[in-house]
Amino acid sequence: MDFPLWPEAASTVAGDVDNLYIYLVLVSAVMTLLIFLAVFVFAIKYRRRKADEVPAPIHGSLKLEITWSIIPFLVMLTFFWWGAKIFFLNATPPPDSMDVYAVGKQWMWKIQYPGGQREINELHVPVGRPVKVTVASEDVIHSFFIPAFRIKHDVVPGRYDTMWFTATKPGRYHIFCAEYCGTEHSGMVGWVTVMNPADYENWVSSGGISGSMAQQGERMFEQLGCSTCHLLDRQGRCPNLRGVYGSRVQLADGRTVVADDAYVRESILNPNAKIVQGYKPDVMPSFQGQVTEEQVLQLIVYVKSLAITGTPGATAAAPGGAGRRTTQPNGGNQ
Amino acid sequence: MSTALEQPKAQEKPNYLNAEYGWKSWLFTTDHKRIAVLYIISISVMFMLGGIFAMLIRLELLTPQGDLVNSDTYNKFFTMHGVVMVFFFLVPSIPATLGNFLVPMMIGAKDLAFPRINLLSWYIYIVGALFALAAIVMGGVDTGWTFYTPFSTTYSNTFVITAAVGVFIAGFSSILTGLNFIVTVHKMRAPGMTWGRLPLFVWANYATALIQVLGTPVVAITLALVGLERAFHIGIFDPAIGGDPILFQHMFWFYSHPAVYIMILPGMGVISEVVTCFSRKGVFGYPFIAGSSLGIAIIGFLVWGHHMFVTGMSTYAGLYFSLLTMLVAVPSAIKVFNWTATMFRGSISYETPMLYAFGFIGLFTIGGLTGLFLGTLGVDVHLTDTYFVVAHFHYVMVGGMVLAYLGGLHFWWPKITGKLYPDGWGKFSALLVFAGFNLTFFPQFITGYLGQPRRYHAYAPEFQVLNVMSTAGASVLGLGFLIPAIYLLMSLKSGKQAGDNPWGAKGLEWETASPPPTFNFDETPVVTEEAYAYAKHEEEPVG
Amino acid sequence: MADTHVAPAEHSPHLRHHFDDMAQQFDSATLGMWVFLLTEIMFFGGMFGAYTVYRSMYPEAFASTSQFMNPKYGAFNTAVLIVSSLSMALAVRAARLGQQKMLQLMLIVTMIFGLAFLGVKGFEYHEHWVDMKVPLIGGHWDYSEAPQFARPAQILFCFYFFMTGFHALHMLVGVGLMTTIFMMARKGTFNEHYFTPVEISGLYWHFVDIVWIFLFPLLYLIGRTKALI
Repeated sequence: MDFPLWPEAASTVAGDVDNLYIYLVLVSAVMTLLIFLAVFVFAIKYRRRKADEVPAPIHGSLKLEITWSIIPFLVMLTFFWWGAKIFFLNATPPPDSMDVYAVGKQWMWKIQYPGGQREINELHVPVGRPVKVTVASEDVIHSFFIPAFRIKHDVVPGRYDTMWFTATKPGRYHIFCAEYCGTEHSGMVGWVTVMNPADYENWVSSGGISGSMAQQGERMFEQLGCSTCHLLDRQGRCPNLRGVYGSRVQLADGRTVVADDAYVRESILNPNAKIVQGYKPDVMPSFQGQVTEEQVLQLIVYVKSLAITGTPGATAAAPGGAGRRTTQPNGGNQ
Repeated sequence: MSTALEQPKAQEKPNYLNAEYGWKSWLFTTDHKRIAVLYIISISVMFMLGGIFAMLIRLELLTPQGDLVNSDTYNKFFTMHGVVMVFFFLVPSIPATLGNFLVPMMIGAKDLAFPRINLLSWYIYIVGALFALAAIVMGGVDTGWTFYTPFSTTYSNTFVITAAVGVFIAGFSSILTGLNFIVTVHKMRAPGMTWGRLPLFVWANYATALIQVLGTPVVAITLALVGLERAFHIGIFDPAIGGDPILFQHMFWFYSHPAVYIMILPGMGVISEVVTCFSRKGVFGYPFIAGSSLGIAIIGFLVWGHHMFVTGMSTYAGLYFSLLTMLVAVPSAIKVFNWTATMFRGSISYETPMLYAFGFIGLFTIGGLTGLFLGTLGVDVHLTDTYFVVAHFHYVMVGGMVLAYLGGLHFWWPKITGKLYPDGWGKFSALLVFAGFNLTFFPQFITGYLGQPRRYHAYAPEFQVLNVMSTAGASVLGLGFLIPAIYLLMSLKSGKQAGDNPWGAKGLEWETASPPPTFNFDETPVVTEEAYAYAKHEEEPVG
Repeated sequence: MADTHVAPAEHSPHLRHHFDDMAQQFDSATLGMWVFLLTEIMFFGGMFGAYTVYRSMYPEAFASTSQFMNPKYGAFNTAVLIVSSLSMALAVRAARLGQQKMLQLMLIVTMIFGLAFLGVKGFEYHEHWVDMKVPLIGGHWDYSEAPQFARPAQILFCFYFFMTGFHALHMLVGVGLMTTIFMMARKGTFNEHYFTPVEISGLYWHFVDIVWIFLFPLLYLIGRTKALI
């Protein structure tokens, strides 16, 4: 019967994780074998031969205790160090990563691409390019897990998190939800399809029928009336959003925050939480309940695009700073 | 055929079992030994219940599709399995049964410091268990035993509050047991029983009691807040008002990680007693085993974040928790080495308790080492929330804790009941348990690395073969648990008389009758020798 | 192993027979109560910890809530509890000295103060209800005075009701304890040689008092600090 004992390795970190895992297995196997052997040998060699025999006591040995405390601890430090290295690597997406947005909702993954394509439970990526996934939840905690890439991140309602990978082998690999989320938790699965560059270009050009995320965001922006204030207003009722994304914003209470993804999201859902210096509270209505998490992401991508237009030479900076740093709903002052 | 119960009373020495008869003498007892027996019965019932849920889970997982029961039912199975096993079996088990019975005797006391609180503790446990049972009977809970928010506060449609109340109440049982043990060990030691002469089982229960007392209140308030949020539809974990679901996890794991040390430390205490007795040799490194119990208790409070590496905590927090997780493994390793060294040049016999101890040492080593895998950041990202975690904690909880409990039960059964069980059956069951256990849980390490997530009703088809192996193992394991239940119960009627000290063990509990008299000792013992003074020249009193 | 039988110096009718003597019994009871209070510290500590996390996340929102608390009532209650701890300490002293009437009087005084505390708290809860500051009951929340803080303020008010609620529960248990102790005192149970229940109830009462000492500034006075620089 043909069943796998080892998962496919299809990302740049998978090899490193596998090596560390094998190292852990080897050290553990040696340790276990030593203990098993010692117990086995002692149990036989020192088995009771006479009913009344009483062996001489051996109270202990400080030297032994120190040795077998320090050496294992040093070995464990190698586990720690190597694991930490990988962890930090996972936390730092490369600056040229392409963005993908995954919204988890009971019980499906809704994927959006900047080009406007949308998929349910399917993710298409090119081989060899770093992909940064921003995850959000519409309801409970989920977790976005791709075993073949050896990555996973919890998807927590009320905040954004990011994770990244670079796929190395074309193929189709499992996506699993890895945080229990209710009835169809085990049905919240999908596939990531890694395509070689030519195939990927074909797939991309069959693009989103609704336009890119930024375009969809722009339509929402007008539909909801945001542009009336935030682009066209001349009475100073609200801050103009051109060039705001990524900049430092001075708030009325004296704090300064960075206008990242979480800041924009909060401004839409809970505008009174942070009032920009010089403006009044209670002017912008809240859109909580009127926009889905996906639509919020589209609006964010649109607002992000306002930073680039009209600012020559501005690069599409990774939003919100270091990719995997979590962004709290009260805006990146964490 | 006359049975033990039919023998005329005159021939039987007065002991705690025959001192009084009738249900009132049991339900209103303050004798720590009777309370221990009450606990043995209740905990066995809860273990059976948890085991039934386990069998149902493994039956469903024979096939990749969810075809035995629907998803909601399956989610209730694993939740109730976890809730019952963790809060109503593992946490109370050894302290409330063997600890209650033996700690006073091992220190030469007549009872625990607060016998009425001990009885109250059992009643509180029963009330908590009734709430849990009520939740099951009314339709079950499906949040997982970890009750993560906002699923538990807002989205679940099951009897979360009832279950949480049951756990909350059971927590107080645990707190009172811990409180009792702490005061008992501090204040009730017999003359000459210094801290340095305490049996390691007492040290283990003492360290456990510290954790029970400090940690349990935190999970109590956490679950209370979940219940309040669910009842009032608003609370502090609600993201809609700026609450943080991850704060729940921090508060929950702040208790639940030390809780696993509540579960394992008493088991380690049992192993110390069994290994010394069946090696007929004083333990190697007594101060280190005693100290490591305290070390585990303290450091165990500092590592809870390793359950949350992928929740989005800062990388620096991850570094801290990973480093301390490595550190907490050291005292456990010290124990394993010291037990092995105790066997060196010992005089080893293979009665049932010792077989369980062998099994413990091997399986706990594997379980503990795989914990290091999970404490290693880069690897944990892949392994967390998969079957690797399930395998890891079953290795330490079942391969460790349950084996220690069975070993302890078999070791002290003659003392508790005055009867011997057939050792041949004991050995056979121990081997069944060992074999069945490994067949059940080792494949889960493999499916875990492959990526099979936990709490999955249906799974990817390529995982099936390993899952079938696992279910097969579970049947063997179940049999291994069932057989002792039968012969131990039968021994009550037809077992041979045990005598005071059938194993030739050292320890104050063995210097009184089996079963012991109600006040444990005819006269208060005076202690003049170190623990485990097996060697002849150490038996003469010093001075 | 030689055997000795430790004969108790006195055979007080209160000696529980698993103890060797009254001293051991008293020591055990007090250690037991201290350990129990330790568990209570951890219980309330969980809430204090969570409170600290949220207050550091939403400092202005939390500060805005103080205008809806009445520090006069809070301060009055603080004074009431402190005085009740004094009367409790005097009760314990009276028990140790065998002063039966003083003991009973001080217990009554303590209970009265405890009930006064609970009465004021009840009145405060009523005021919050009238002001629509009870987020726990659906729709009974109105933060139009400072709408930009409406949401995190709900968190503070949840803490307010949960923490003072659990505290009030403990106070109620305390008053029940005092009632029991009072009835035992009336029957002449206590004297210079046996006053353990009074002692350990006193410990409990002081603890409940101390918890309030922390609750008052943390719940009532957040926005009322003036910068010292």
